[in-house]
Amino acid sequence: MSNLSEAEVRAEVREWLAANWDPDMSLVEWRSKLADSGWGMPQWPKEWYGRGLPHALARVVEEEFANVGAVRAASSGVRLLAAATLLEHGSDQQKKKFLRRILTGEDTWCQFFSEPGSGSDLAGATTRADLKGDFWIVNGQKVWTTSAHHADHGILLARTDWDAPKHEGLSYFVINLKQPGVDVQPLKQMNGHASFNQVFFTDAKVPKENLVGRVGDGWKVAMTTLAHERRGVDAMSALPRSGSPKGRIYLEERAETEKANQPYTWYPQRAGRVDLIIDRAKETGANKDPYVRQEIAKLMTLAKCAEWTSRRARAAQQQGRPQGPEGSLGKLAGSHVARACARVHTLITGTDVMLTGRESPREGIIAEILVSVPAVSIAGGTDEIQRNIIAERVLELPKEPRFDTGPFRNVRKN
Amino acid sequence: MSTPQQSTFVSPRRIQFAFTDEQEQFRSAVRRFLNDKSPTTEIRRLMATAQGYDPAVWRQLSEDLALPGIHIPEQYGGAGFGMVELCIVTEELGRALLCAPYFSTAVLAANAILSAGTEEQKSALLPEIAKGTRLATLAITEPDGNWDPTGIKVVATPDSDGYRLDGVKSFVVDGHVAELLIVAARAPKTTGLKGLALFTLDANAGGVERRLLESMDPTRKIARIDFRGAHAKLLGDLDNSVEPILRTLDRAAIALANEMVGGAQTMLDTAVSYSKLRVQFGRTIGSFQAIKHKLADMLLDVELARSAAYYAAQVAAADDSEWPALASLAKAAASETYLHIAAECIQIHGGIGFTWDNDTHLWFKRAKSSEVFLGQPSYHRELLMQRWGV
Repeated sequence: MSNLSEAEVRAEVREWLAANWDPDMSLVEWRSKLADSGWGMPQWPKEWYGRGLPHALARVVEEEFANVGAVRAASSGVRLLAAATLLEHGSDQQKKKFLRRILTGEDTWCQFFSEPGSGSDLAGATTRADLKGDFWIVNGQKVWTTSAHHADHGILLARTDWDAPKHEGLSYFVINLKQPGVDVQPLKQMNGHASFNQVFFTDAKVPKENLVGRVGDGWKVAMTTLAHERRGVDAMSALPRSGSPKGRIYLEERAETEKANQPYTWYPQRAGRVDLIIDRAKETGANKDPYVRQEIAKLMTLAKCAEWTSRRARAAQQQGRPQGPEGSLGKLAGSHVARACARVHTLITGTDVMLTGRESPREGIIAEILVSVPAVSIAGGTDEIQRNIIAERVLELPKEPRFDTGPFRNVRKN
Repeated sequence: MSTPQQSTFVSPRRIQFAFTDEQEQFRSAVRRFLNDKSPTTEIRRLMATAQGYDPAVWRQLSEDLALPGIHIPEQYGGAGFGMVELCIVTEELGRALLCAPYFSTAVLAANAILSAGTEEQKSALLPEIAKGTRLATLAITEPDGNWDPTGIKVVATPDSDGYRLDGVKSFVVDGHVAELLIVAARAPKTTGLKGLALFTLDANAGGVERRLLESMDPTRKIARIDFRGAHAKLLGDLDNSVEPILRTLDRAAIALANEMVGGAQTMLDTAVSYSKLRVQFGRTIGSFQAIKHKLADMLLDVELARSAAYYAAQVAAADDSEWPALASLAKAAASETYLHIAAECIQIHGGIGFTWDNDTHLWFKRAKSSEVFLGQPSYHRELLMQRWGV
């Protein structure tokens, strides 16, 4: 199958789209066709809703879909991370049970990894799963879970062996959220939004067959999920669509997107909104202050350098060169840019920084920047963890001595 | 002979974010040469001499690698490459801290002649520079240390067969060994940018008095030059005499930014190596997070400055209109980074880092001197804001 040429794939997908694409179908109806034909996830294996195409040819399929304005398989949230993990580690029964409804969008997924007691130290999870008969009984608390309030299933990392060393006592499960032992609560952040949940498990039940991989392999399986998260390869980079977006399916899709994006409306502010700096300086007159001009120049220099550094990383990758240090630095650079933005927005805005909501400049956007930026240097790996990674993997410096070896039962915890 | 293939841009606006294979090979060749010719024993030997460089190494660098004319078009005896290749050279020179009159001759003087000179002058002056047989430099700054050309006070008075220069230049890089001087001066009774032009004269001409200054960075020699009615020729023509001065300074700022990135990389490499060797409290100091995190931050700083220096060189090579602004951006970014990395390198070395015998201070002094050479970071940030129309 992968011996197909680009032209052959293009012709085949065109023909299929011509025969099948109809914007007046419902989302689920259309995506069922995608799952059955394999055109929704062409890079997936043929036996599991894909067509076994290499990534370069999958891109061709994307282009053809964009050309006719055809809707793609569902991709929001963590569904594709869960799917990628199941494809690699799941049983045939699990793949059959879950993958199709992931692609059709009928099921929504969430991820239960972080806990109040283990943030940076993910493998220190203390949520427990104990086997009783045909069920694993789950007790504990997970946190920073996106979409748990409307999710159907979650991928869960839980401790199944307290006498094994930390990384070897974890197992990976699929847990159904629609059960009495699962209590989902919103988690309100310092910026007033509640984009995440905290989830309490009290004797929640997971059927034995929902164990992914083997008992004790949880950390290894979770690494697959995290690797896909970091690479972001499963996220469909949205190609601009041509064709007129008229038809029932687009309305449904828009509603789906809005629901999926709702928790993230503040994310641009979290990154600092460097794009607003010069306009704001001009509209407030702060651009006449020599000190502010210096600070703006410093910030813009930093932001540009960060942008060019990621362009360099991408260019090296495209040329097939080994990735230089520039590839590991983006996250840390982003934190610096965000913090610098918050500082310069404050310099520019002055006393109005004391206001929030509609009272605050730009309908509250400036205030939202100032109270959202602190998240950037924490979410997705703190600056300190990033520095450890850079120091150890890029500069090849030694690791710190560890205090969490031996049976996990004896390791100091929160 | 290992010079790169002529780099071709798909279009002038398409900026490259990676070097070509040929450019990488060129860099390797330059680096091998410098590793061989500029060990710190040689740096220390040469920096203590008044001349400040080894003529035999300069000859090899010119004849074997064709470096002084790397960016000079072939019609004027150069290798025919551009800003990107010039900046590869300066980065490697900054990394190795080679004591040689390259920045003065190739970066400052050659670019001044390329920007301002008439066809005839370029054909007359550039071949010797490209061959490395004539050292040259550019004199902009005066004893007040102002890099803004509007502050130039040296006067060029027309006379029967050219001009007479009167006034004082200072901070002239390699002014003590240069054979050809290019001097920025103004017409009598003019102010600001009006009346400014470049003039050439033989460094040994009458009315020229040169004095080697005691420079904090002994690897980059600077001189003060007094002009008392010295006879000089106009470089280029008076109708377009200011723009070439500004653009020469901008090109020099980009080349210097790349040189500083090279130096910063040496300081980072040195600090990383030392932290893996030095043992305190029963562990290598590189295993302490206080040191690891400092080094990770240093790496980030160096890579950010590198991106600015590389991008500015690519944009200047493509002659995109944005490039003068980026020259200021890159100069400011690299200046702060180099000094910071050099200071942190001393800090990581502890007491030995502050000794004369440890090599760190050689690069620290280049960093400190480069911070203000061609204008302080704050000066360039203000230029950046103006050039971006803020």
